Order: sequence, then structure tokens, then C-alpha cells
Amino acid sequence: MNYFNFITTGLLSLLLLTACNEEGILSLSERSVIYCAEGSPETFNPQLVTSGTTIDATSNQLYDRLISYQGDENKLSPALAKSWHVTRDGKKITFYLRKNVAFHHTDYFTPSRLLNADDVIFSFNRALDTEHPYHLVSGGNYPFFQNVGFSDLIDNIEKINDYTIRFHLSHADTSFLANLATDFMVILSAEYAAQLTKQKAKSDIDTHPIGTGPFKLKEYRVGSLIRFYRHEKYWREPAKIEQLVFDITPSNTGRLTKLLANECDVVAYPIAHEKITQRKDLSLEAVTALNVGYFGFNVSKAPFDNKLVRQAIRYAINKKTLLEAVYQGKAEMANSLLPKTSWAFDDSITEQEFNLVLAKKLLALAGYTEGFTMDLWAMPIQRPYNPNAITMAKLIQSDLNKINIKVNIISYEWNTFLQRLKRGEHHTFLLGWSADHPDPDNFFTPMLSCAAAHTGSNSTFWCNQEYDVIIKKALQTTNINQRKKYYAQAMAILTEEVPLIPIAHSKRYQARSNDVIGDILAPFGGINFYQVSKRKLTNKHTAAKQRSLDENPPARNTGVN
Amino acid sequence: MFVFTLRRLSLFIFTMLLLTLLSFSVNFLFPGEAIINLTGAINATPSQLVELNNAYQTHRNIFWQYLAYLSHIINGDLGLSMASQSDISAEIVNLLPATIELSLVALFIAMLIGIPLGFIAAIKHNKITDNLILSISMLGYSIPVFWLGLLAILTFSISLGWFPSAGQISLLFEIEPVTGIQFIDILLSDSPYKWQAFSDASTHIILPACVIAVTPATIFIRLARTSMIEVLDTSYIRAASAKGLTFQQIIFRHAIRNSLIKIIRHVGLQFANLVTIAMVTEVIFSWPGIGRWLIESIYQRDYTAIQSGLLVLSCFIFVVHILTDFIYAALNPLARGNKYGAR
Repeated sequence: MNYFNFITTGLLSLLLLTACNEEGILSLSERSVIYCAEGSPETFNPQLVTSGTTIDATSNQLYDRLISYQGDENKLSPALAKSWHVTRDGKKITFYLRKNVAFHHTDYFTPSRLLNADDVIFSFNRALDTEHPYHLVSGGNYPFFQNVGFSDLIDNIEKINDYTIRFHLSHADTSFLANLATDFMVILSAEYAAQLTKQKAKSDIDTHPIGTGPFKLKEYRVGSLIRFYRHEKYWREPAKIEQLVFDITPSNTGRLTKLLANECDVVAYPIAHEKITQRKDLSLEAVTALNVGYFGFNVSKAPFDNKLVRQAIRYAINKKTLLEAVYQGKAEMANSLLPKTSWAFDDSITEQEFNLVLAKKLLALAGYTEGFTMDLWAMPIQRPYNPNAITMAKLIQSDLNKINIKVNIISYEWNTFLQRLKRGEHHTFLLGWSADHPDPDNFFTPMLSCAAAHTGSNSTFWCNQEYDVIIKKALQTTNINQRKKYYAQAMAILTEEVPLIPIAHSKRYQARSNDVIGDILAPFGGINFYQVSKRKLTNKHTAAKQRSLDENPPARNTGVN
Repeated sequence: MFVFTLRRLSLFIFTMLLLTLLSFSVNFLFPGEAIINLTGAINATPSQLVELNNAYQTHRNIFWQYLAYLSHIINGDLGLSMASQSDISAEIVNLLPATIELSLVALFIAMLIGIPLGFIAAIKHNKITDNLILSISMLGYSIPVFWLGLLAILTFSISLGWFPSAGQISLLFEIEPVTGIQFIDILLSDSPYKWQAFSDASTHIILPACVIAVTPATIFIRLARTSMIEVLDTSYIRAASAKGLTFQQIIFRHAIRNSLIKIIRHVGLQFANLVTIAMVTEVIFSWPGIGRWLIESIYQRDYTAIQSGLLVLSCFIFVVHILTDFIYAALNPLARGNKYGAR
């Protein structure tokens, strides 16, 4: 009998331990947030990537930029630079740095000085100067810098004094500041780089990051977790939470389970939206991302060189059904290139009507009363701007059938698809665009300019001199109202010419426990945990009681963390 | 006892030799070059390859190659993982303790539930209780573990919210790995949240351990039942009852002890079964153990990891086997006299 006594006592004491300690966990979990991320970052330096997963984990958590976007209007505002000045010709831009910015103090690096001009120059030259000792560390690929042509644009970066630097540009470019504020333009520590050079461990700069951001890296286990601690000497108020943990859970159902079992406070890209909205203790949020999914024409091929045919097809496509069937009603209908959240969005552009009669009339006018046969290329993979291009293609196929256009749906493996698009082998295609920063130019130039038609990123091969002149003019002025007018003109040309039919601006989703307060998602770029805090629950039991009162089958859930 | 130990040891050595021979030959069967499969050095430069070829003696005949492979294994060099290029032996040292911990807790639960139930069934032989317990054990035995695991998560984690659904401990707690066994590490750590961590780890282990325990528990029910029935049938029990001992005295003083010994011998056998179940369960509950790692390696065609992982896992199971044999021998003097390694 002694054995039994022993075992029962043991079990009972274990139960007791479990019971009396639950309140304590709350105190730790109150000060920490667990984020269930969809994947591991490739590196801890956002300069090296364009992947959203990496940006989410690094940019806003570990680093700061010279300037950043703030507020609902996404106005450029000071960050590490407390102010800046642009000369009248727009070619010299001077930044005045803050003098109180501390770098992270971690297990592997103890900073001896605050941020100064050397760090800024180091960070930019690393990406721009091919001779720079750190340029080739981690592969020497800086995709965003290359995409926006920074190496041609920036002649040199001059250090005026310890806290003043000046960018000398080869020509004026109003999107320069917007590009500087993107998630990729982070400031690294030159002192840390010097230390690593001495230790002959240069590649550590991207795996053991040192930045100025609100959190510092504590621990990273590949494929499992990233642990951040609060940066106590952050130049703004320190972050509200002490610990931030990225729980890397690639499986969609895994993330959902962890959310429902309260093991994650915030979850990236949740599935089963209804299940989440049913729960009173969870909430689902979404931002309309700065992107556009569209149906494009290859205007270099007949009959799509005829404006009337393109207009006819626009009238024949029922966007409402597309939105419901493909995006499950979770996207906004696109009437122009720009989503509503962009400052250059033009309210005067109305919803294009669905009108088969008009479509047939236009086709007849163009001389295609009998209709014709065309290929529609549908992208093979899922993207936020188009979660299911094949389904969309099928719906369009049946729509166009009504005006006697026969559609063959074609799809290749993703890389082949893009290569063949570049070569212009297609008639029409379904694709999309996600913006890197909120400047509207990021939509107009790379998607539809003549230059882009030459390099192949404009797969419509549409080239309109008038449009090109307007979008170039828009870049040369800093007057925002003037720019707005230019972009409105450009959009008017697009509505008339229809090189592509914008279909939807999709949303990015995130689910969280209601205990987590503060904004995390932004319409573009990575997530940000700086403002996040946990609701204070003084007593777990009252919280649980409250929860069960809130819920409507009662007491469905009593676990709080 | 000395001879017994020697016999077990020699059995161990020969089985291990056979196992290494198997894992060595498997390298030639996997697609790709044998030396790459062996070492996992997929990004090796030509000069590194020459070095590796030298180290594994690939220019000599297969016997020397095998000896070179053996010497690497004995030195703890299991090569690099093809998928992550990290040292496999280091990874295994990190992961194996988690599996051991989970398996031991599951084994404990299985014995705690299975054996008493089996005894009750035997005592109530051919009555309703007996039939009931037997049917329950049949049911438990036939439920596939992956389904049971998902069901358990759905019920206890999502609907009721009693237990967490994934991982070994809440990620908020930072426990310095010393022994690798989480509970011991927690007790050794100087974290201010030590006891919270302990209870959190306990709630994390309960669900997966119970799921793993179901199948072995049903087997223990049957084993305990059979051995108890056998013991109750023996003449010394009849003698005890003739002597006038009460039924309780007979059961607790004589029957339980003698039937337990018979069960212990099967514990080692069941352990292999249990580890297999644990591998699947680790995937379901995202338990950071060797089973999940091995299954992921299979997905990624990480041949080096597969063969080294299997080698280590089978070695571990074999060690447990031998350990239970020793316990059995220590408890049952009759067993020590057995000649030849097999029994």
C-alpha cells in the first residue's frame, strides 16, 4: 500500500503545483507577446532581402531608418534623422542625426558610442559601394537597392560632421525620400562591423544583428523561435513589452490551433476566419495592403493593340463575382491602380460597369462582331493580390464567352511563367503588384512606363509618351497637390487606354487575442511590435470569470495565456 | 550475475555491429554519392572532398571503408545534416533527451494505468468488469495514434483550454539546457520563474504523454491480466489460501509481486513500440524530439540524418532493452541462471 500512497501523494502535489502557479505565469506573459510567424527569416539584415517574412521579423523590431512613415496618411517623419533638408534642385539632401541613439547591448556586442554619421555611411556604402569590405559578405545582393536604382541615383554620401550627412544625387527624384523610409534602408553599427572585422567573423553582422530598434535579439533557433528582449536604451520610450517571441509555425492549421489554444497572442495569416470571429476573446484584423491584382493585355499583339477591344473586355468582366469567388469578398474592388490607402487615390474614378451590351457594341465597332480566340495566362501560385488565378481565369473565360471571345487558359511553372511573360509570348495575363513603399510612383513607373516595357517588368508592353511625361513630371516636384494632379491625369489615361484592368486590392490578415493592444499591421512593409502592450489582468480568476461571462456558450475557455 | 552481464554486453556489441553494418550499406543504396550520403557534405569544395575521401578511406576496399566509418561513429562524428548543414551528433544530443523524457513519462503513465487495471480484470476473471476492461483495452489498442492526438488537441486544448497543444514548454521561459531533460534543467536553473516553468512544462507533457501511453497501457492490461491469472492458478497461492490468508493478503503479499516480475520483462519490448508511437505523436504535438526531427529528415531526403538518426534511436532502444533485462534479473534470481544471450 505504501507505493500507492506515494504515487497518489506525488500526483496530488503535482496538481497542486500546477494550480497554484498559474497566476504567476500571467505576470510573465503579461509582459511578453508571442507571435506565431509563418516562416523563418533568411537573415537578420533587411538590406539583403525582399521577402516579407524576413522583413516582418527584422526591420521594425531590430532597426530604425533615417526617416519613417507615420500616421494614417503615411507622412514621412523623422526617425534617426531629427530633420532633413532638400536643396531647391532636389539633388542634395542633408540629414541631421539625433544625438541620443544607442545601439543594442547584447551578449555578443557592447557598444562604446552612440549612433553617428559613420554608421549611416557604413550602412549605405555597404550596399552601394561594390568595393566596400562588407559588400560581398552574405552574397553581395541588395535587391531593393538595385530595383530602385540607388547606385545610379546616389553619387556619393558626404559626412559633414559627426551628426550631419549629405546625399548627393545625380538627378532629382521625389521618390528618393520615400525609398529611404522603406524597411530595407536600415542603419547598422559601424563599430560592430569593425569589431567583427577584427574577430574575422564578418558574416556575423547579418546573423547576430546589432541595430538601434526597440528590440534586440536574444536567441534564434532556426525553424523554431526568435526571442527578442526590449532595448532599454531605445531613443524613444522603451517598448511596452519586455519580451517578444516569434514562434515559427509554418503550418496553417498549426497556427490556428495555437491561436485557439491561446498559445499565441498574435498569429500571422490566419485561416478559418469564421472560427476566429466566433470567439469572443479573439479578434481578426485586416489592412488593405498596397497592392493590386489585375488582368493585363499584351498590346503588342493584335487584336489587343486596339483600344476598343480592350475596353470591350473591361465591360465584359464581372469583377463582383471575381471578388466573391476568388477573394471570398475579402478584398476591395480596384477601379484604378492605386488602393484607397494611397494618398494619390483619386475619388473621382468610378466603378467600371459590367455591361455586355456595351461590350458587344465596342467589339463590333472594332470589327470583331464574330469574336475571336485568345490565350489567358494565369499565374500558378498563390499571392496576396491573387489567391487563385486559375479560378479567376475560369470565371473570366465564362464571362468573355458571352461576347463570343473564346479563352484558352494557360499556366506554366512560376519561373517559366515569368520568363515567357518577359518574352511577350502571351495574349492576356493575370498578375499583380505589391508596393514596397507608399509612394504612388511605385505603382506607375515599374508597372506601365516605357522603360519598364523595355526591361520586361511591364508585361503589357504598353508605352504611351504622354503617360511617361506625366509620371516623370510627378517625380520632379515635391508639391504633393501638384503630384496628386499628375497622377490623376495618369490614371485618366489608363482608364481611357486600358492597358490592364485592375481587379482587386487584397487585404493582409492577422488574428490576435483581445489581451493584446496596439497596432501591429501596416498597409505596406513589415509588422511592428513597438506600440504593443498586454492588457493588465490583476487576477487570473476574475479574468477567467469575465471571459466565461463574455462567452456565449459559457465557460468554453478558461486558459488565459 | 557476472556471466549474465558479460553475455548481455557481447549481445549488445554484436547487435550494434550489425546495425552499423546496415546503416553503412544503406549509404550505397540511397541515391547520390556514398561519401556525400555518409558525411552530408553537399557543399564541400573539391579539396574538402579529397580530405573526406581520405578520412573515410574510399580508395581502399569496402572492409576498410566500414572500419573508417565505425571509427567515425565511435568518435561521435555522424556527419552533417544535408538539409541544415549542422552537426548531426550535436543535434541528436539536443533532441534525444526530449524524446527520452516524453517516452519515460508515457511509460510511467501506461504502467500506472495498465497494470492495476489488468490485475483487476484478472481478479474479476470472466465477470463483467473483466469483459469491460478487455473491451476498453481493445478499443484503445485499435485507435490510431495520429487521430487520437488530433482528437485530444481538439478537446483538451481548443474546446476546454486545459492543456497547451504544442511544444515542450511555453516559449516565454528560458531554460538553460544542462542535462537536456527539461524537468531536471528547470530544477537546476536559477530563473525566478522556476516553479511556473515547472508547472508549465508539466501541463505541456500531460497531453502527448497520455496519447502515447494509450497503446502500451492496453498491452500492459493484457500482460498483467494474463500473468495474474497464471499466478492465481499456481499451487503456492492455493497453499496460501488453504493456510487461511484473506484474499487481500494473498493478492498484495504474493500475487502482485510475482506477476509484476513477469510484466517487467515485457516493458523493454514495449518500449520500442512506444518510441515508434512517440515519433508520430511528436509531430502532432510539435514536440522538439528526435522523432519529429527524423520524420522531417525523411521529408527533406536528408539521408545522412536518416541513417544516423536511426542508428542512434535503435541503439537507445537496445540500451533500454538491456536495462530492463538487468532489472528483471535483479528482481528474479531464476533468470540469472539462464544461459545464452537470448533469454
